[in-house]
Amino acid sequence: MIRRNFLKSAALVAGLASAGAVAAQDESYTIGVAIPSATHGFMGGLNFHAREAIERLEATYPQLEFVLATSGDAGKMVNDVEDMVATRNIDALVVLPFESEPLTAPVQAVKEQGIWVTVVDRGLSVPGIEDLYVAGDNPGFGREAGEYFVEQLGEGDDIVVLRGIPTTLDNERVEAFEKAIEGSGINVLDMQHGNWNRDDAFNVMQDFLSKYDKIDAVWASDDDMAIGVLEAIAQAGRDKEMWVVGGAGMKEIIKRIMDGDPQLPINVTYPPAQIATAIELTALAMVSDTPVTGRFIIGSQRVTPENAKDFYFPESPF
Amino acid sequence: MTETTATPNPVRERKVNLHVLGPVLALVALILLGAFLNSNFLSYGNVTNVLARSAFIGIIAVGMTFVITAGGIDLSVGSMAAFVAGVMILAMNALIPVLGIGVPLVLAGMAVALVTGLAAGLLNGFLISKVGIEAFIVTLGSMGIYRSLTTWLADGGTLSLDYAARSFYRPVYYDGLLGISWPILVFALVAILGELTMRHTPFGRYCAALGANEQVARYSAVKVDRIRMGTYVLLGMLVGLATIMYVPRLGSASGSTGVLWELEAIAAVIIGGTVLKGGSGRVWGTVTGVLILSLIDNILNLASIVSPYLNGAIQGVIVILAVVLQRGRKSAD
Repeated sequence: MIRRNFLKSAALVAGLASAGAVAAQDESYTIGVAIPSATHGFMGGLNFHAREAIERLEATYPQLEFVLATSGDAGKMVNDVEDMVATRNIDALVVLPFESEPLTAPVQAVKEQGIWVTVVDRGLSVPGIEDLYVAGDNPGFGREAGEYFVEQLGEGDDIVVLRGIPTTLDNERVEAFEKAIEGSGINVLDMQHGNWNRDDAFNVMQDFLSKYDKIDAVWASDDDMAIGVLEAIAQAGRDKEMWVVGGAGMKEIIKRIMDGDPQLPINVTYPPAQIATAIELTALAMVSDTPVTGRFIIGSQRVTPENAKDFYFPESPF
Repeated sequence: MTETTATPNPVRERKVNLHVLGPVLALVALILLGAFLNSNFLSYGNVTNVLARSAFIGIIAVGMTFVITAGGIDLSVGSMAAFVAGVMILAMNALIPVLGIGVPLVLAGMAVALVTGLAAGLLNGFLISKVGIEAFIVTLGSMGIYRSLTTWLADGGTLSLDYAARSFYRPVYYDGLLGISWPILVFALVAILGELTMRHTPFGRYCAALGANEQVARYSAVKVDRIRMGTYVLLGMLVGLATIMYVPRLGSASGSTGVLWELEAIAAVIIGGTVLKGGSGRVWGTVTGVLILSLIDNILNLASIVSPYLNGAIQGVIVILAVVLQRGRKSAD
């Protein structure tokens, strides 16, 4: 973590030095954006959409200026946020907390200085600090997938589930999924953690395939895991036997749904572009009187072959 | 420890067998447990799966055995594998217009992987043996460097091999000779060659001599720097070889490829009876160690007797037990 931060802080300091000279005029505003660095597919997508939104807004509103900081861990993120307040005199902060607990007090301190605070995706541990909360819908993510399983399967059908890294987020998704399929007679043979990782998911699925002769469907709960799962199924030559539902809307998967792949009937979104929503709304709050305070929960939508083209972003890394 | 002498002594054969027994016993116990818990455990499909997926860590761990025997350590192999995979995928994608899809493309990709691995190992080895920085620090640094370079190359996302190229290359992981898949064959070959090199070549003996006592090795006219550098270069090339087997499996690389492989490889080496501070290395032991680690995962998935939250704890206990068993035997000599 420390290693990764070294270059980034250097870059940030350089950025601060060059832009710090631009004095804040009365009607100009500076918005700080603090997000985790692009360590895996989803965060890569999030970084991409954050940069895109900033570019777009800087072109639209010349009076807006942005400071973007990406951090490899919570401690670094706290430093970044403090630096933004101390040296850039930000008027608003958009933050996706690396972890809820360590970021709560520093963000609260920012709020107490009268700075607008937008919190994205992971909430702070004390409610009511932020002016605006933008997030994806984790229970909805599990529920939407579960409802599709109930529509397609019935009494006595067998499924396996791959879970993510053990976290609250994963628990919320899985609980909602289990609740959605309750009473449908669908039999969950097994659940194991594939850690949102292709290789881990490949290994877990290989073992599921050795263990169970009959599997009707797989809830891979993530698109990276779905890739590993599909490969394991192909290796076992059981492609005709079961379908797979991933999640989050990775472009390769969306493309295959668009092409009508029978193994990938649907997907459930959990868009990394939610950071763009947060930045846009914050910008609106700065430049206009549009009321944007409150909570903005982005629904988890079902992607089907019919609507897949609306969710396909070939330029994004995710 | 009396194994510092370079020449093998036939009289000690019996004792060596006792040393070997610890990890082998653990492996046998795991196999029995697996067979008892699930009837599919010993099926052809499952055995092939476990062996093939052990191959990446296994090939790397054989190289790691030499590094550790010579008194070094390499923490960068996991991120190096990710980096080599990334470079290989980019190179292959870029070469498609020139070479078309076919054997030359795959061979070019393999060459790129080996050369990148060799260069990465050479860099580690150079900084450690010529510049004289501690191996732990150098490879901790290069671990971060290769990992972020991979993330940077992938723009925070995933690098994917062109679909057609991947379909052509795929059999390298999934097919094989006489029902034994290529990764297993390559792993076996690397293990056999590694064992021969360790036991029957000057290089192997110099590694042990260097790990046991550098001063003595230096006075005995062992070219210490060159041997030390050699171990890191060998490891780098084996990382390249492992990547050649890895890329056709999923056809992609990202910042999360190969996470913690270094620790798995080191754990496998130590479980197998190589001493962490150097001086004595056993390639067969390393192979046993690798198999133990993959079997634990496999059995936990097949059996689902405990909460998956506890998988890590069970792995930890078995790793420590395997070493305790082996050390117990040793002190009983």
